[in-house]
Amino acid sequence: MKPPVFEYHAPGSTDEALALLGEHAWEAKILAGGQSLVPAMNFRLASPAILIDINGVDELSGIETAADGSLRIGAMTRQNVVESSDQVRAAAPLLHKAMPWIAHPQIRARGTLGGSIAHADPAAELPAVMLALGAEFHARGPSGERAIPADEFFFGLLMTALAPDEMLTAISIPAQAPRSGTAFVEFARRHGDYALAGVAVTLTLGSDGTCESAALGLLSVSEAPMLAVQAASALVGTAVELSDAEGAAELAAGEIDPTGDLHASADYRRHLVRVLVRRAVVEARAGIEDRG
Amino acid sequence: MSDNDPQRIAIETRVNGTSVHAEVESRTLLTDFLRQDLRLTGTNVGCEHGVCGACTVLFDGEPVRACLIFAVQANGHTIETVESLANSEEELHPLQEAFREAHALQCGFCTPGILMSLAPDLDEIAALDEDAIRERLSGNLCRCTGYQHIVDAIQSMNPEADGD
Repeated sequence: MKPPVFEYHAPGSTDEALALLGEHAWEAKILAGGQSLVPAMNFRLASPAILIDINGVDELSGIETAADGSLRIGAMTRQNVVESSDQVRAAAPLLHKAMPWIAHPQIRARGTLGGSIAHADPAAELPAVMLALGAEFHARGPSGERAIPADEFFFGLLMTALAPDEMLTAISIPAQAPRSGTAFVEFARRHGDYALAGVAVTLTLGSDGTCESAALGLLSVSEAPMLAVQAASALVGTAVELSDAEGAAELAAGEIDPTGDLHASADYRRHLVRVLVRRAVVEARAGIEDRG
Repeated sequence: MSDNDPQRIAIETRVNGTSVHAEVESRTLLTDFLRQDLRLTGTNVGCEHGVCGACTVLFDGEPVRACLIFAVQANGHTIETVESLANSEEELHPLQEAFREAHALQCGFCTPGILMSLAPDLDEIAALDEDAIRERLSGNLCRCTGYQHIVDAIQSMNPEADGD
């Protein structure tokens, strides 16, 4: 199948891209890595009248580590650059661990960090990981720049807090706290396929060895990427023993709203979440001991 | 702009070492530009939504899906297709030779995409263990071989193996 006719623009700067977006907001789409948008256009599920290709906007790429250890990653940074970045491995091990689960190397060579987040596919890895990391998204529009916390960004199926004339420009990720552990697990029929379910976990222990904070991002089990809020709060204050992980898994299975499809029934997805949350929490807890 | 009046854009790109000036419709996929405009039909069109890998080419040296890139996006970039591998019709690229030796293809439709996925990092990939090699092949579908002979071909190129 071939994409429908569209008008193509290739701005050289963020300002230029925003001006175009301001002019054509309701009929334009931003073309980032194109690994979701172009297939949708080839299938004619999407037919934007105008494409604003930001692949030539160099200022949107790059990874910076701030003085406090946090990361600021340009929205157009390619996924394979994030995957092989030592800065990312050091400051955000969870993101580093999750990258190889995204599709295939050929897709990660083009796909971008910001593109996947702005696309907000509930079955994608990055939105769930961003939720578990407590990331913040920087968006620019006609009224300037604003920062949107990840947990206020994803609304529904492919819906985000971005206004039609706003563009995601960068992602801030806090440095992983001391005495923290993370895990990313997912289940797919074939590695690289969309997962039937997946879990991203961050756990932080307090000085008394009990859990001080926890975040569990889930993918493929709801209309939007989501945090399992009840499961996470149940872990706080516990020593994160196996029974605590099992309790959290049970709660998470109750919080989700999976749909059944050709690949997995809703019940099976619920079962997977129960298993995957338990595994992820146990792995994240074990990782804290590894780090001393 | 109507369907009868598609936007055409001049591009300048480098394909298999040759500089190419062309005018393309904005919606033309890189696969179709390579096959139909440049007659480089080694790049195959399979699923056209990024799943099968048959259209894999190198974009600035990295394997990508040519069906998920517009030809206009190749402006100012370099493209290499499977036609760039062999020096001549008589002399295959070592990777192609290894595929031939190991019977790593049957119908051959997926082969150009697999070759281009492997070519840039061949030494690194050939030295991997079997699971990791299969992982690297996961972005290319083959419906004939069951992959075993492809894995054999790749392993036969391991520079660290002693040849036994």
